[in-house]
Amino acid sequence: MSYLFATATEEQAMLSRIGVDSIDQLLQQIPKPLQLDKLLDLPPALSEMELEQHLRQLASQSSGATSRMCFQGGGAYDHYIPSVVDEITGRGEYYTAYTPYQAEASQGTLQAFFEYQTMICQLTGMQVSNASLYEGGGSVSEATLMAMRTTGRTGRVVIAGALHPEYTQVLRTYVGHTSTEVIHIPVGSDGTVDLTKLAGAIDENTAAVIVQNPNFLGNIEDLAAIADLTHAKESLMVVSTDPISLGLLARPGELGADIVVAEGQSLGIPLQFGGPYLGILACRNDFIRRMPGRLIGETIDRTGGRCFVLSLQAREQHIRRDKATSNICTNQGLMALRATMFMAQMGPQGFKETAELCLQKAHYAARQIAAIPGYTILFSETPKFKEFVIQAPQSAPTLIEKVAKAGVDIGPALSQFAPIPGMPDTENLLLVAVTEQRTKAQIDHLVNLLK
Amino acid sequence: MRNTLATQLIFDLSSPGRRAARLPQCDVPNRAVEELIPAKFLAQKPLPLPEVAEPDIVRHYVNLSTLNMSVDTHFYPLGSCTMKYNPKRHERLSKLGGIVDVHPYQHADRMQGLLAILYEMQNMLGEIAGLPAVSLQPAAGAQGELTALMVAAAYFRDKGENRRKVLFPASAHGTNPASAAIAGFDCVQLPATANGLMDVEELRKHADSSTACLMVTNPNTLGLFEKQIAEVAKIIHDVGGLVYIDGANMNAIMGITRPGDFGGDMMHYNVHKTFTGPHGAGGPGSGPIAVRDFLKPYLPAPIIEKSTAENGQTVYQLVTPEKTIGKVRTFFGNVGILIRGYCYLRTLGPEGVRKAAEHAILNANYLKAILKDILPAAHGEYCLHEFVASASKLSKEKHISAMDIAKRLLDFGFHAPTVYFPLVVPEALMMEPTETESKATLDAFAETIRKITEESAEFLHDAPHSLPVSRPNDVQAARQPVLSWSPKVGV
Repeated sequence: MSYLFATATEEQAMLSRIGVDSIDQLLQQIPKPLQLDKLLDLPPALSEMELEQHLRQLASQSSGATSRMCFQGGGAYDHYIPSVVDEITGRGEYYTAYTPYQAEASQGTLQAFFEYQTMICQLTGMQVSNASLYEGGGSVSEATLMAMRTTGRTGRVVIAGALHPEYTQVLRTYVGHTSTEVIHIPVGSDGTVDLTKLAGAIDENTAAVIVQNPNFLGNIEDLAAIADLTHAKESLMVVSTDPISLGLLARPGELGADIVVAEGQSLGIPLQFGGPYLGILACRNDFIRRMPGRLIGETIDRTGGRCFVLSLQAREQHIRRDKATSNICTNQGLMALRATMFMAQMGPQGFKETAELCLQKAHYAARQIAAIPGYTILFSETPKFKEFVIQAPQSAPTLIEKVAKAGVDIGPALSQFAPIPGMPDTENLLLVAVTEQRTKAQIDHLVNLLK
Repeated sequence: MRNTLATQLIFDLSSPGRRAARLPQCDVPNRAVEELIPAKFLAQKPLPLPEVAEPDIVRHYVNLSTLNMSVDTHFYPLGSCTMKYNPKRHERLSKLGGIVDVHPYQHADRMQGLLAILYEMQNMLGEIAGLPAVSLQPAAGAQGELTALMVAAAYFRDKGENRRKVLFPASAHGTNPASAAIAGFDCVQLPATANGLMDVEELRKHADSSTACLMVTNPNTLGLFEKQIAEVAKIIHDVGGLVYIDGANMNAIMGITRPGDFGGDMMHYNVHKTFTGPHGAGGPGSGPIAVRDFLKPYLPAPIIEKSTAENGQTVYQLVTPEKTIGKVRTFFGNVGILIRGYCYLRTLGPEGVRKAAEHAILNANYLKAILKDILPAAHGEYCLHEFVASASKLSKEKHISAMDIAKRLLDFGFHAPTVYFPLVVPEALMMEPTETESKATLDAFAETIRKITEESAEFLHDAPHSLPVSRPNDVQAARQPVLSWSPKVGV
């Protein structure tokens, strides 16, 4: 398959206009010894039909949430994606456009991102949002670096309890070469961060306290209490949240968050084995110039009419180079657009109902599983949203395989991650997530399989 | 006829009680929400999101889309960004069940097909780079740079060497120094020679035992191949440093020459540029890195390995490299974009890959040739896939700036080239037609530029004249930032 235009005649006409005999002559600036003298060792070209057959055959050796029952969680969830999301974002005018450098030729994208920024503020209770980052874990790291720049403190960051273990890993990679101390405070017996230990860990050198809510174990943290402890030492509270939970839970901005980050996958983005996803980052107004990522601003044009532009670019790498607030150049524009469609479609009521369905179904599932002899729901007294930890009578990977054979996916097993401080180190723990898409019949089916 | 209502914001369409989504009835026994979650954790008010009907959403965002220029609708010669055609088949195939709906914690046994695709992508990228060890994890080119620099840092740490310095030419992409700084290195910028290439003598002065890495884009941002790259690489290798190739311009050389063969130790790809992942109005991209074998143990986790089971079956597994730097992003990588890149490579094959690069070069040189009297490019007799023209003469003689030309082009239905980059060229217009444009388009584009240069400077300063907006006030946007909508009070 080729995507080229030039016929042999045209090619000749172009070459003679350039003043050369062959394309080879144009390559003369590449020293001959450096040029390949053979073709690359790549598989031969396929037609569209062959490619489709090939991929369908491979895809049939994989299976995902649409053909199975997905009770998997751990930071990626099988939420429903309304039809408008694919229809609108499938328009070439959106997905084949570039970063909106020429504002006049990009008002569609710029306005949609401005609306995204607004909706993220409305969702999180913050004052300003960027136009997206790569994904949730990266957003936690960028927020932490941002907190360091803002507070001028680089001595310490504190992870409060059950942050997603992969977010913790990403953060450690990002600050690995610095002298910043990463302190991880364990969860207490109720599965939320031990507040006494947390209070003791926050000091005058602490740039940020990072807390996930609901946390990786599914439990709801007392954000207001954590905010008090954090602000007592003039540190910043970074809250990583599940956007769907905000249909029910108080917004982090109302509970004292200084920076709110999230994995936006739940907002209309398919699972697709982990990416592309959407990194959400929103903060208080006074941190605007220290934020990473693109920002879209409203302004006026030559005639005084409202319009939108990429704004505050003086923070960015193409101007500030090694002094930039981050190295981020591409964002996740199309994913931000998907989230915009999702949020517009849901509205306040749709968000609330989705969150309530997750809540009710997850609790129903937890109650049913708890009633099976040998199974325990950990932290059963602690408020939780759509995900919970099961202690199984056998090793979690074995159990996961057992139900998988019947077409049902649960997990991940906690043993596949580095131990979460404060959590028992046993093979028998796993997560189960229940979204609005799971029916009572599916939950009952899972319960039967576990028996 | 343009729909002027589209320029309202979605929030202007909101009306209390209006809604688009309907959710199913709850089919499990309900309990009161307050019994499950204490009131102090619950929202007191509904979210202040817009309340609109589905037709509102569709009409609003479809109309907004028409205010964009895109590859599907316009010629988009945005230099350095490689805006080539995005094949439609990729959109369909990347959405197949078994690909699009795989949970990141799905067991490897149930995604062997997907892992086979990604494994083959790893190998193809290694082959094109001439650098065999590949990580598909980085989410974008800039994250690929950062990842590779972290790999370099881990490698030197392991060897007990404390190398602080990263060198890069003045024309480097801004992400190079920003990535180096975030990875904890000190940045040293090297001036270019008058012919637009790296200054080897200058490099010699700075290359020493504290040099961790040289970051170089090849072909460079002027669209020229760094002829002395082998010598440059030797200078860096002789002091024990590594050579990083910024792969942003791989479209010019794929199948023709390889970073691994001309001295590079590490590189990143921009899958959305070279391998037709659509740019999505700013992303997502995907920025895999390829490195030499001795750096493989440091790659971020996981990578895919293939083995043969006892029963003779091929098995693909996710593996953590032994001295891994850890993770740079959650989960595996931007799989959806990698699939599109995979489809592209599989439909091109080895001949097609080389031909695509050759025709990108042909088109760029043709455009350069037909523009040379109006917008000359100062560097290089021939270019590779892009070139940097200068409006310097027009600016002096007729007070027409690069920006004026860029803005006026929009009126004629052409997206503007990249302007004012690289900074080493005054009044720069950086053009990259790509291989997926016809001679007719290039002729029309050049002819339009010629017409524009005959227009009056005053008229051009106010361009564009036919677009929905013209010359936004960037200064006001930066001084008094308005970054979100807020309801008008008391109206």
